[in-house]
Amino acid sequence: MNRDDVALEARGVSKHFLGVSALTDVSLTVRRAGVTCLLGDNGAGKSTLIKILSGVHAPDSGELLVDGQKAQFKSPRHALDHGISTVYQDLAMIPLMPVARNFFLGRELNIGKLIWRRVDWLRAEEITIRELDRVGIHLRDANQPVGTLSGGERQSVAIARAMYFGASVLILDEPTSALGVKEAAIVLRLVRAARDQGLAILLITHNAAHAHAVGDDFVVLQRGRVLARLRREDAKRAELQDLMAGGVDMAALTGTSGPIGLDA
Amino acid sequence: MRRVTTRPELGALGGTVFVFVFFALVAGDRGFLTVDGTINYLEVAAELGILATAVTLLAIGGEFDLSVGSMIGAAGVVMALAVVQLGWPLWLSVVAMFAFAGVVGAGNGYLVVRTGLPSFIVTLAGLFVLRGVTIAITRASTGATEVTGVTDNAPPVIVSLFAGKVGPVPASILWWIALTVVASWVLARTQLGNWIYGTGGDPMAARNMGVPVARVKIILFVLTAMAAALVAAIQVLSTNSADVLRGELKEFQAITATVIGGTLLTGGYGSAIGAAFGALIFGMVSQGIFFTGIDADWFQAFLGAMLLLAVFVNHFTRKRALAGR
Repeated sequence: MNRDDVALEARGVSKHFLGVSALTDVSLTVRRAGVTCLLGDNGAGKSTLIKILSGVHAPDSGELLVDGQKAQFKSPRHALDHGISTVYQDLAMIPLMPVARNFFLGRELNIGKLIWRRVDWLRAEEITIRELDRVGIHLRDANQPVGTLSGGERQSVAIARAMYFGASVLILDEPTSALGVKEAAIVLRLVRAARDQGLAILLITHNAAHAHAVGDDFVVLQRGRVLARLRREDAKRAELQDLMAGGVDMAALTGTSGPIGLDA
Repeated sequence: MRRVTTRPELGALGGTVFVFVFFALVAGDRGFLTVDGTINYLEVAAELGILATAVTLLAIGGEFDLSVGSMIGAAGVVMALAVVQLGWPLWLSVVAMFAFAGVVGAGNGYLVVRTGLPSFIVTLAGLFVLRGVTIAITRASTGATEVTGVTDNAPPVIVSLFAGKVGPVPASILWWIALTVVASWVLARTQLGNWIYGTGGDPMAARNMGVPVARVKIILFVLTAMAAALVAAIQVLSTNSADVLRGELKEFQAITATVIGGTLLTGGYGSAIGAAFGALIFGMVSQGIFFTGIDADWFQAFLGAMLLLAVFVNHFTRKRALAGR
């Protein structure tokens, strides 16, 4: 792998909570114009790792590199300033707030000076409608609450927002886990589109089929350690599934070749 | 049309019209509709409205402040003692009072964001501590629970800023209108307003999007305490005295106005105009009931029923807002 392609890297990252080890010596690279899938069962340390990568937690040891430069994130905002945008499963949107207000939350378009300083909501609404149009969501009114959108649409809005605000690294936390088959397919298509625009994407999932559908690289975590690293050409869906389950043969358990879901 | 029917303050607007028409019909010929009668209930609404505006912003931001009532008493005493006991000029005492309120408000906010404890509990403690300290210090330093003579040698300019009149209209009403306009502007058109909605709607999500949630909350607690101080200034300078028991139960009245106004106590949804309607309903009912000849003992029962009705209406409105496209 060409080092210049790496947008975000974790080197030997460890993290403890109250003496319990959550991550031990985890290394990971996220390539530009690539989708890196982070897989693992519940409790494998996926959430802890993305919280470190997105500036919510600081690692106890190890280091983070953005575009090859060492970086220490003091807050999610700080990580955002480094171009790292994280879309959380349930926390991507605020349901009671209008779509446009969600889209620009934390990055409002201010105009005017001093006491007359205000947000240009008309322009914000125009941009919101335009940007969502590009990801296949056709809003009539950018003032409708986000709660009126479906789960897949909310994820799409969050991804569109990250892209609009110039994210170079997109971390997606279980974007498809609460979605039906059709909705998941829409989100995965958008993930692919974002990759094709050159974004570095880290996709967290415990659905091997979804990972296999869009992933270029795969990292499997187990009990806070990296269990396996695979390139797309080496990874089979059933194999990913087995690795995630900690070597248990899912096929033997279920009698089928894999989970029902999206076909790659 | 849907946009109109999902505004948070719509129920309160309807309630205001209903209450006004009711008293106009029942007590219209007994003084409710006169200028004096109108000023009378507007004045009651104004003091509560000033408080409710700030409490509403705080509620939209996802927090409570039960200490605002005690703050009215405490702030009034701070100003009165500064004038009467320390001999400070009135302007300096007013500044000191607002500074005191700001510091206590920041303390409330800091405790809430640092400990993560519910603000309901933190400020409930504040309610008792603030009231207790106010009574103890006032009695220890003056031997009484009331401090009088605040405006005796005061320059009329500063007194009339809080207790004066423009024509027949008391300053309190103008303060109330101004604060409602400013708060509505902040919520609708400023970055801080968007941050307040975000902070209350989902603090974790807002933080992830780069909103300084802790700072927003602390600012809101400071504003709430300062609003209580403004009410204290209006009361003390109108009556020339500060009483340690001033503002009792005002915290619950302010929350009542907030809820009637359509604001969600769980945060993220509400309006300052709604709070103004809530305060107006409160003022009209509390004063109008005297004009009707109905026993004023019924006031609280009526208010409680209003509150419950408002919650039902608001719940329905919100469900509509979130119903599919």
